Amino acid sequence: MLNIAVSIGEILPEPRPPPGPPAALWSRRAADSSPSALCSSGAPSGLQKAWKAIMTERPKLHYPNARGRMESVRWVLAAAGVEAYLPLMHEPLQCRAVAGPLPMTDWWKVSDTGNHLLFQQVPMVEIDGMKLVQTRSILHYIAEKHQLFGKDLKERTLIDMYVEGTLDLLELLIMHPFLKPDDQQREVVNMAQKAIIRYFPVFEKILRGHGQSFLVGNQLSLADVILLQTILALEEKIPNILSAFPFLQEYTVKISNIPTIKRFLEPGSKKKPPPDEIYVRTVYSIFMP
Amino acid sequence: MAGKPKLHYFNGRGRMESIRWLLAAAGVEFEEKFIETREDWDRIRKDGSLMYQQVPMVEIDGMKLVQTRAIINYIANKHNLYGKDMKERALIDMYVEGVADLNEMTIVFPVHPPGVKETKLSEIKDKAKNRYFPAFEKVLKSHGQDYLVGNKLSKADILLVELLYNVEELDPSAIASFPQLQALKTRISNLPTVKKFLQPGSQRKPPTDEKTIEEAKKMFM
Repeated sequence: MLNIAVSIGEILPEPRPPPGPPAALWSRRAADSSPSALCSSGAPSGLQKAWKAIMTERPKLHYPNARGRMESVRWVLAAAGVEAYLPLMHEPLQCRAVAGPLPMTDWWKVSDTGNHLLFQQVPMVEIDGMKLVQTRSILHYIAEKHQLFGKDLKERTLIDMYVEGTLDLLELLIMHPFLKPDDQQREVVNMAQKAIIRYFPVFEKILRGHGQSFLVGNQLSLADVILLQTILALEEKIPNILSAFPFLQEYTVKISNIPTIKRFLEPGSKKKPPPDEIYVRTVYSIFMP
Repeated sequence: MAGKPKLHYFNGRGRMESIRWLLAAAGVEFEEKFIETREDWDRIRKDGSLMYQQVPMVEIDGMKLVQTRAIINYIANKHNLYGKDMKERALIDMYVEGVADLNEMTIVFPVHPPGVKETKLSEIKDKAKNRYFPAFEKVLKSHGQDYLVGNKLSKADILLVELLYNVEELDPSAIASFPQLQALKTRISNLPTVKKFLQPGSQRKPPTDEKTIEEAKKMFM
């Protein structure tokens, strides 16, 4: 583990204090305001220290409080039954609503001191002593760790192929909120066409072909989780998108009813709501100068 | 094992080039079936070989693999270019994904109209110099080993070196201030299999030029 930390050229930092924006983040903005009661952290109590110890074991997801590219990671962790602590990048922004806006450049300085982001990008997941970036590498690691990547190389390769195709489709959904309003409607049509003509027929055929409940190897895999995520996200925009695909309809119900996934689909889980105007504005204000 | 892998793609770099690099570095001989006419393109899509109606497609070990990453991962796994355990795989994946993000820009670069090309070139140079190259330079410096991960050749080294060559074609001084990257490039280029691939007459494809783009456009539109 030490070699890996060294090889990414980083020292593992102190774990963050429990819920509430980390003190380090807040203190850098102290110049222009005084923290509200909502945002102050103060010295950790005994209970907070114990909590901190528990939290250190859990994967930590670094991302705005929204779906974006992190949502697939949330899905896989949930499906695998893993508890994750999620420090929310937007928490400082909430506090900032009281204290005043954070200059754009400061966010980078603040978030990337200690070189936590290999390519200065999120998603980033702290897990097992690593700071993993790049969505696919995070998904693969979690899948492999939790037996969601098939039993041998051939199954793994099928899963990879199915996931990659599905991610191409999901990418359209991820980018959709950032299109110009005029282009958004047209893009919904494009998504629907791609889904119905290119991707769904593939998975319908696979399911019909082997008659099993899962895409690969008769057990839940990363491919099922990502496909379900994508189907449900598409159904939010195009409710009858599965109307010509009976096997996918049945599949959607079955996978949704797996206990860990069912829990994730219930209110109060870590699943994020559909992107809205606030999300788009938040992303622009954080990431785009 | 059903003979040599067979690569289905256009006679150009595009998304297949990274696969050619990897196979070559692993010392695997491969065949290529080029899609050269509209008829070729229609035929291959109609015969059900392409899962998502897209290329690259590689026939290998009884499978018709599509999706560049899935193909690369299969080859890397098969030829021990993917680390020794899960954690090494995670690092290798992380590095390769960063490489792929920058390489993507070099892949689509030839397609842009002349006005847009200048902006895109600046973007490539900026991202290379300020985001990606420093990250890999730092990794190599931190452990001082010959390879990015686990002191052993992996797909990360091969694909990073491919990227270095690609960026240098657009910006000859791209790695001038990155000594570790220069050293890696030299080391990998001197591996017998890679050396052979870099010589004329290999299956390495030349940079994509205007003429190739025009012909490809005619085929698709």
